[in-house]
Amino acid sequence: MDEDNCMVDIAKFFLEFTVDESCGKCTPCRIGTKRMYEILEKITNGNGTMEDLDKLERLCYYIKNNSLCGLGQTAPNPVLSTLKFFKDEYIAHVVDKTCPAGVCKALMTYEIIPENCKGCTLCARVCPVGAISGEVKKAHVIDKAKCIKCGACMEKCRFNAIIKK
Amino acid sequence: MYRSHVLVCGGTGCTSSGSQKIIDALETEIEKTGLKSEVQVVKTGCFGLCALGPIMIVYPEGTFYSMVKIEDIPEIVSEHLLKGRIVSRLVYDETITEDGIKSLNETDFYKKQHRVALRNCGVINPENIDEYIAVDGYTALGKVLTEMTPDQVIQTIKDSGLRGRGGGGFPTGVKWGLAAANDADQKYVCCNADEGDPGAFMDRSVLEGDPHVVLEAMAIAGYAIGATQGYIYVRAEYPIAVKRLEIAINQAREYGLLGDNIFDTGFSFDIGLRLGAGAFVCGEETALMTSIEGNRGEPRPRPPFPAQKGLFGKPTILNNVETYANIPLIINNGSEWFSSMGTEKSKGTKVFALGGKIKNTGLVEIPMGTTLREIIEEIGGGIPDGKKFKAAQTGGPSGGCIPVEHYDIPIDYDNLIRRAYRYG
Amino acid sequence: MENVNIKINGVPVSAPKGSTILEAARISGIEIPTLCYLKDINEIGACRICVVEVKGARSLVASCVFPINEGMEIFTNTPVVLDSRKQTLQLILSTHDRKCLSCVRSGNCELQRLSNELGVEDEGIYDGACEEYEIDNSAPHMYRDNNKCILCRRCTAVCEKTQAIGVIGANERGFKTNIASPFDMGLGDTSCVSCGQCIAVCPTGALNEKDNTNDVFAALADTTKHVVVQTAPAVRAALAEEFGNPIGTNAQGKMVAALRRLGFAKVFDTDFAADLTIMEEANEFLDRVKNGGVLPMITSCSPGWIKYCEHYFPDMIENLSSCKSPMQMFGAITKTYYAEKMGIDPKDIIMVSVMPCTAKKFEIGRDDENAAGVPDVDISITTRELARMIKKAGINFNNLPDEEFDNPLGESTGAAVIFGATGGVMEAALRTAVETLTGEELPNLNFENVRGTTGIKTATYNVAGMDVKVAVASGLANAKELLTKVKNGEETYHFIEIMGCPGGCVTGGGQPQQPASVMNTIDLKAARAKVLYNIDKDMPKRKSHENEAIKKLYADYLGKPGSHKAHDILHTTYVKRPLYK
Repeated sequence: MDEDNCMVDIAKFFLEFTVDESCGKCTPCRIGTKRMYEILEKITNGNGTMEDLDKLERLCYYIKNNSLCGLGQTAPNPVLSTLKFFKDEYIAHVVDKTCPAGVCKALMTYEIIPENCKGCTLCARVCPVGAISGEVKKAHVIDKAKCIKCGACMEKCRFNAIIKK
Repeated sequence: MYRSHVLVCGGTGCTSSGSQKIIDALETEIEKTGLKSEVQVVKTGCFGLCALGPIMIVYPEGTFYSMVKIEDIPEIVSEHLLKGRIVSRLVYDETITEDGIKSLNETDFYKKQHRVALRNCGVINPENIDEYIAVDGYTALGKVLTEMTPDQVIQTIKDSGLRGRGGGGFPTGVKWGLAAANDADQKYVCCNADEGDPGAFMDRSVLEGDPHVVLEAMAIAGYAIGATQGYIYVRAEYPIAVKRLEIAINQAREYGLLGDNIFDTGFSFDIGLRLGAGAFVCGEETALMTSIEGNRGEPRPRPPFPAQKGLFGKPTILNNVETYANIPLIINNGSEWFSSMGTEKSKGTKVFALGGKIKNTGLVEIPMGTTLREIIEEIGGGIPDGKKFKAAQTGGPSGGCIPVEHYDIPIDYDNLIRRAYRYG
Repeated sequence: MENVNIKINGVPVSAPKGSTILEAARISGIEIPTLCYLKDINEIGACRICVVEVKGARSLVASCVFPINEGMEIFTNTPVVLDSRKQTLQLILSTHDRKCLSCVRSGNCELQRLSNELGVEDEGIYDGACEEYEIDNSAPHMYRDNNKCILCRRCTAVCEKTQAIGVIGANERGFKTNIASPFDMGLGDTSCVSCGQCIAVCPTGALNEKDNTNDVFAALADTTKHVVVQTAPAVRAALAEEFGNPIGTNAQGKMVAALRRLGFAKVFDTDFAADLTIMEEANEFLDRVKNGGVLPMITSCSPGWIKYCEHYFPDMIENLSSCKSPMQMFGAITKTYYAEKMGIDPKDIIMVSVMPCTAKKFEIGRDDENAAGVPDVDISITTRELARMIKKAGINFNNLPDEEFDNPLGESTGAAVIFGATGGVMEAALRTAVETLTGEELPNLNFENVRGTTGIKTATYNVAGMDVKVAVASGLANAKELLTKVKNGEETYHFIEIMGCPGGCVTGGGQPQQPASVMNTIDLKAARAKVLYNIDKDMPKRKSHENEAIKKLYADYLGKPGSHKAHDILHTTYVKRPLYK
């Protein structure tokens, strides 16, 4: 994994797998992993709080300690290891409401740098939801309420005028 | 005798990228050029460099062709096989040097590898028991049955330091010893081939490329603990593995290497296949056995441990495919040979499936204790586009993310488990 | 037996080898809380409420299934343990429909009690997504509300292991796991036999009978109807538990008083019909023996067993006695003989039965159970429902005087009351059959070999020169084992008693629910059966054929046992049923 990977997102990916694959026999794995996943979703959607991080960590140790089999006992490992080594990324999601790696869509915005924009209209034409407006040869703007963060505009822009924040 | 052998990978990765069509085209073209009596095409198991498939190796030269297309076949046949001129535009670029073309084993990908469990993968035709026998297959079983007592077998495995490759790292010989010590009218030997972690395909490669090694190892285990019946629990999503296991079991029975009175020693052992229905939890040993019993695959409390009360309530040992793949070589080469590889507490080698943001994705087998840096930078070819390493994930959903701080820690059980990363 | 020495919370304990930590802790005076655990039935370590710390173990262990080893050091009350149990409960509660105020199990819910005892101060802390389930109302006798299910699996274990049925099990997996019938069929479309054992073991309000108490209240309020009630033998052995009395309290007198205060015109005793059943069944048995009828003859008092036989042993329905169950006989006699005597149109009689049984709710709707052209029994309620009615009506049960049943259908013998315990029907039948065959009075009326709570009991009695081989089974897994042997010719019997519920009616699916903590430590079957055997012991008459009211019934109305009229009114037919619709 490199700088473009969001560690919160990675943890969420593995946890989603565990939630899907839990057999449902014991309580910690059946319900606990689901609740962990929900907290991770909340965090990656920008709605997480510092209390959620505590709750998440508490659930990790609880599930490790209480699950019936190895699947449950190891299910929190991806979360625990990322919480340990990449806590700053979690905090960025929770406190600054940003995803440093630019992966978590809910925390990203696309913006046009007016100085760089040549008003070529290409971005407005490729936007699938009509979120970009502007006159020819004048700087364009993105309507953040409409934007679905697909990144098509940024990919097409030939002047590096669109950035992801 | 054939003048030339063309090995084409028939593993899942290369099959997906069209290797069967390559084989068909190759055979047609060879027939057309009248080389049929001189060149033999062999469908093998996985070579490891899955991202470069379909893969083809031409012996005796050892020329490694990657990403072969059907259109390339006539050229390979007419140029290389007929005229002996290597088609350099199709050769794996890592093997091209100023002095010509070097052997595959000299490339960065293979140089640091040490193939024990994967030794036959990509080398033999997995659907032909004679090829396995030709590389000393079933000699370990013969040695065990004719020269060793069950206790000696268990002691050898204990001395080798082999630990379970499924992730838990429990010493295999100890496990066998526990099951052997429990008296019962029936015992079982099970093989966990329900590999389900996202991105993992170590066991699949062994099953597809060298199915007989698993059968032989299970029969050895059966002799060691006093079991006459084995079960391989293989996931149904591995159709090629299932097919080759079926072929292998039938061939072994025909040769008298499974069934009643093996090698006329009075020892009987047979193996049944059970297909998993796609539940990850069935890789957990008690859930796997519950599933074989015909029930919903859910784990049971331990104790009782499988060595006491396992499958159908009888003493049972369960090892995974990669663990078994080491057994015959340990028997043939001795425990010291095996324990000379690896670290103090983690002996031998470990197979890893490399995936994600790494140049050479595929399968590698390295001695225990290799550092993450060596795996990623040297064998894996580093991270593409010059990006910076951030973390590596091992052990799938049970494992953790190893950060850059631990880039140079030797990878073995204790370092991984202590840090909750895990193998697997 | 060999003992193992361990330490629990630092205190040395010596417990038998093979004990679980839970059992060893009990010896040491510590009751570890459990939820999914049911001794011998559900030992799966799934809920994780009973976790404890074991020195050296890498995680907490489930004490209900973890065996003790010499030198083991266990801690049952550390902060980690207490906090883990609380979190487990909080997680369960996050998926539990917490409508406790309106729940039928409120006050008698194991989850509620644990939450209280383990100090769950914030039941909503882990609330999140929750699956919503439709209530399964398809079965005639009960509903299944998965919104209250906590997946302890006790119901599936008892259905599969104790009853050899297995029509419910876990569907889906992970968070979506739910207990249901195969392919999400309604329970009513399966070969469920309505025994209600799943209800008896459910710790919460997820499973319970279909409540008919409002139907009874409505009937009692209808001045155009003559509403009479009959109570099965086993009800009196358990009803008092619902009012805080110890297990094993005889509630007969207060029960009669309460029913009278609820407004029933007559309070009758099903025991009367039990005596009648013996007359008919003993006659049928002797007839089969003498005339080469199908043997072994098997009793037909238990509707759960009858339905089981129809589904699972359809080729053995010829072996079933054609006698209606005592409840149905009672209804049939009420609507024929009693109606005629009292000059009441049977259509204006409402026959209510109070039963320890949920399968009775199914039985009253069977074909060929309507002697007077109207259903023999109109409403069947469980012991639990009667308790609910008494509470709702504000009747101060424990302070009631002891009252007697009404006559003429209130007279009974000791042979009848033991119908409520496994082996009772056999013993009652033997008392009558032996005396009939030998023409001599039995010196000892107690047939000890068929008493007790063992699942399968067998005995051979020499009666008038003939060896009569009998067998008694309770619980359908035991019935299955016994019948399989009979079917395979491994064993032969003349007469078999089978009760659907283990222990017989005293532990029927309609009896008061006791928590697992009680079921795991007290033999409920024996404690309740004792009430019935004590009543029998003290009865002036202990043989059905000595019941004066029964003699009069035959003299005035039916003729003799097995007569044409008796057949019309008191016997029924059975059908072969498929396993799935």
